[in-house]
Amino acid sequence: MQPSQSQQHQPEITPQLVAEHGLKPDEYQRILELIGRVPTFTELGIFSAMWNEHCSYKSSRLHLRKLPTKAPWVIQGPGENAGVIDIGDGLACVFKMESHNHPSFIEPYQGAATGVGGILRDVFTMGARPIACLNLLRFGAAEHPKTRHLVAGVVAGIGGYGNSFGVPTVGGSVNFHTRYDGNILVNAMAVGLAKTDEIFYAKATGVGRPIVYLGSKTGRDGIHGATMASASFEANAEEKRPTVQVGDPFSEKLLLEASLEIMAKGCVIAIQDMGAAGLTSSAVEMGAKGGLGIELDLDHVPCRETGMSAYEMMLSESQERMLMVLDPAKEAEAEAIFVKWGLDFAVIGKTTDTKRFVVKHNGRIEADLPIMELGDEAPLYDRPYVLTPKKPVIEPTSVKAPMSNADALVHLLGTPDLCSKRWVWEQYDHLILGNSVQQPGGDAGVVRIGDGPKGLAMTTDVTQRYCEADPAEGGKQAVAEAWRNLTATGALPLALTDNLNFGNPEKPECMGQLVGCLQGIGDAARALDFPIVSGNVSLYNETQGRGILPTPSIGGVGLIADVTRTASVAFKSAGRAILLVGETAGWLGQSVYLRDICGREEGAPPPVDLAAERRNGDFVRGLITAARVDAAHDLSDGGLAVALAEMAMASGIGASLTLDLGSHPHSVLFGEDQARYLLTATPDEAARVVAEAGDAGVPALIVGTTGGDTLDLPGEQPVTVERLSRSHEDWLPQFMSGPDVVSAYEGH
Amino acid sequence: MKAAVVLFPGSNREGDAVRAIEAASGHKPAIVWHAEHELPAGTDLVVLPGGFSYGDYLRCGAIAGRAAIMDAVRAHAARGGLVLGICNGFQILCEGGLLPGVLMRNKDLRFICKMQHLRVERADTAYASAYTAGQVIKVAIAHGEGNYEADDETIARLEGEGRVAFRYCDANGAVGGTANPNGSTRDIAGIYSEKRNVLGMMPHPENLIDPLVGGIDGFGLFKSLAAA
Repeated sequence: MQPSQSQQHQPEITPQLVAEHGLKPDEYQRILELIGRVPTFTELGIFSAMWNEHCSYKSSRLHLRKLPTKAPWVIQGPGENAGVIDIGDGLACVFKMESHNHPSFIEPYQGAATGVGGILRDVFTMGARPIACLNLLRFGAAEHPKTRHLVAGVVAGIGGYGNSFGVPTVGGSVNFHTRYDGNILVNAMAVGLAKTDEIFYAKATGVGRPIVYLGSKTGRDGIHGATMASASFEANAEEKRPTVQVGDPFSEKLLLEASLEIMAKGCVIAIQDMGAAGLTSSAVEMGAKGGLGIELDLDHVPCRETGMSAYEMMLSESQERMLMVLDPAKEAEAEAIFVKWGLDFAVIGKTTDTKRFVVKHNGRIEADLPIMELGDEAPLYDRPYVLTPKKPVIEPTSVKAPMSNADALVHLLGTPDLCSKRWVWEQYDHLILGNSVQQPGGDAGVVRIGDGPKGLAMTTDVTQRYCEADPAEGGKQAVAEAWRNLTATGALPLALTDNLNFGNPEKPECMGQLVGCLQGIGDAARALDFPIVSGNVSLYNETQGRGILPTPSIGGVGLIADVTRTASVAFKSAGRAILLVGETAGWLGQSVYLRDICGREEGAPPPVDLAAERRNGDFVRGLITAARVDAAHDLSDGGLAVALAEMAMASGIGASLTLDLGSHPHSVLFGEDQARYLLTATPDEAARVVAEAGDAGVPALIVGTTGGDTLDLPGEQPVTVERLSRSHEDWLPQFMSGPDVVSAYEGH
Repeated sequence: MKAAVVLFPGSNREGDAVRAIEAASGHKPAIVWHAEHELPAGTDLVVLPGGFSYGDYLRCGAIAGRAAIMDAVRAHAARGGLVLGICNGFQILCEGGLLPGVLMRNKDLRFICKMQHLRVERADTAYASAYTAGQVIKVAIAHGEGNYEADDETIARLEGEGRVAFRYCDANGAVGGTANPNGSTRDIAGIYSEKRNVLGMMPHPENLIDPLVGGIDGFGLFKSLAAA
């Protein structure tokens, strides 16, 4: 069938128009060969939406295939709206992380808000009720004039959406670095619960079944959002503001309740949320996954404004919309539920046996394309890459301590990366639903499942400076740190979602970072039995030719068998022995000490010994679940001294460190060796633990005692916990109350 | 005690309220849809839960305050029945004419979620009998618009009639300064109606009913109601 050109003005398909759609000349050639004619304007839009980097993973697909995605407890790996794992008792945990980087830089409040909305929709589309959100944020240098405005807007936007929707935001990570000055990262993660036998998928089945549009109306917002997310920024990024969608958490909350209600009533055969590339991507995925054709009649699409063209409707990224294939026998029942919740419900098409994607509007055929090829024949690139050369190892002898270790500690606790993020997470409702056993500020969020006894631990992590210095080690470390953070609560890590934020894949150095990080992520995930079940790739994160630090965010989820047996960071009482688990060599390369105290961003990052990670972590988890230790904290940025200080600040109880610091105390105190934990236990228990650790091949030492109101480091003046806390708590509120903050608060 | 929790589009702490009521009374409350015109027969307590009814898109609580069910709630209150509005529920009570005053945006213009101490101003009510007057309790707050304002005359009346239910305070019960999280007049966190059968409060006692999740200081309010 030859689509007829509408009598409305349709631009001529010129090389320039093709380029404006982000399609390369050879990609356009492929389209011509595939359909045997010049595409209509609407068809060109559909191809650009399906074949951009964001939707097609054309640069990363080849390498993503190497990741481990299976385990006996994995119900659904990558490829659906979200990953699904079995957590026992007939329950499944559904989760995913996704980026909204480009929109958030252009319009921080709405960009971040719709990022949260999108990931929540991914989770409840699968039939899961969201129980928690997390995020990972990366901003430019504190000194950059836009940073404050972006922090204020992004944080308000995340809160504005999640708080209204009604899900607790229980964890996150916020860092600053000049390489994000022109391209911030906003990665949002959502976690939900469903019954294992009531998971919903995108695959359409049955011919002639109604395709139903649900949710909010379609407007002109977000047209070409996915294409924008697949291009790098130039200096005029703000001009793209009209492509940022506007979030409506109220509608999303209604959509959640209505969707779960019609799922429970057995009305739904297939369901797909309208995310990136809106109606186009959702309809094509439903058809292609089911091996069916889809016919849409756009005359029935609920529109927010009049006169919208087929092109606009197919590419709109208006939020809070869903596409479903319904059981025809239950269509009326489903409609009544949507009407009750005040949402739009419209039959806009049907499934066919033609394997064609046909779009009609005003009685004309605007598109008629082969549905399988739209996805399957998307370009796949084996991009040339250059692996990052190894950096030299920095010996502690070559790092002079410019100040006392006590002063360095106080200083580090008040740096942008290590300071308390209370100012951020107090704007997120982290208490709603009444199950937040551990709140933000610790190693991981811990959320009880219903009335218990089970719980889930969740965390987001990545150390981008390690990834920049050595992508493979950095990728390993990101996975290991997420695994360690879950372990430190007593959880058994089960699976992860990754959000791969990189620069321009057409640059071999940048592509090499992606390839290296994926190698490391894969190695660590295999060694730790921590498969990847969902993910998102965000490339072209660069501004005016300069890429971001490679940032493969890892969102980890772990299972807690009994939420009354978890550990938190805070010391529980005075007189406890402090145990250090793991080997301390004093690795200063790429440490925050080297960067923020010595002004050197240099060297190789700490190596990750995955066998040691596993051995040490399994040992620590055993102690926590047996309730033999009463506080636990993983060691990461800032090493032993910062971890000790965090445990003291969380409790108000001091500590004294009695470890022999050797000839380079600063390297022992601030080195960032991996696979380490601090624990506290009664002195008798601690002695037993050390003995058992020896038998298990796990390095463990008693390194100090809790008590008093100061932190005493060997050879240093005692520092009061109060002084540490002041440094830790003051930086962010003072920074945010500085001049020229553009108030972006819009939520309630 | 027979309780009913009203569900508005955008309510999101109704489950937390249900859980607290059930834990304290042993009975699951009825859920009443906003478009209903009547409360279940024999209802003793109506709860307007927290959330963002109608997205808070006009003024917080303004649309919900005019919902169909609110006539029945007003009639219930007029008969002396118990009505508890928490957070958005407090805003709805003010907008619905059941309590005086208004909740303005927090003084620093940001949403705030944290643990907060409250001083129980009087214990001789259906809501506070499990507490003692002057007791300091720790509960959660989670709101962007909790800054209670009313004209001087109304404030004087509320104070004169002993209708301030809770005040924001520090751990020692001292009010003012940084102990007030949102700029609320006279540190007011909750107020009673004239007959003290209607209570509106911004904090969330329903989230503090479990030692594992923050503490149990909010449970007294529900135990008081169960015993009322």
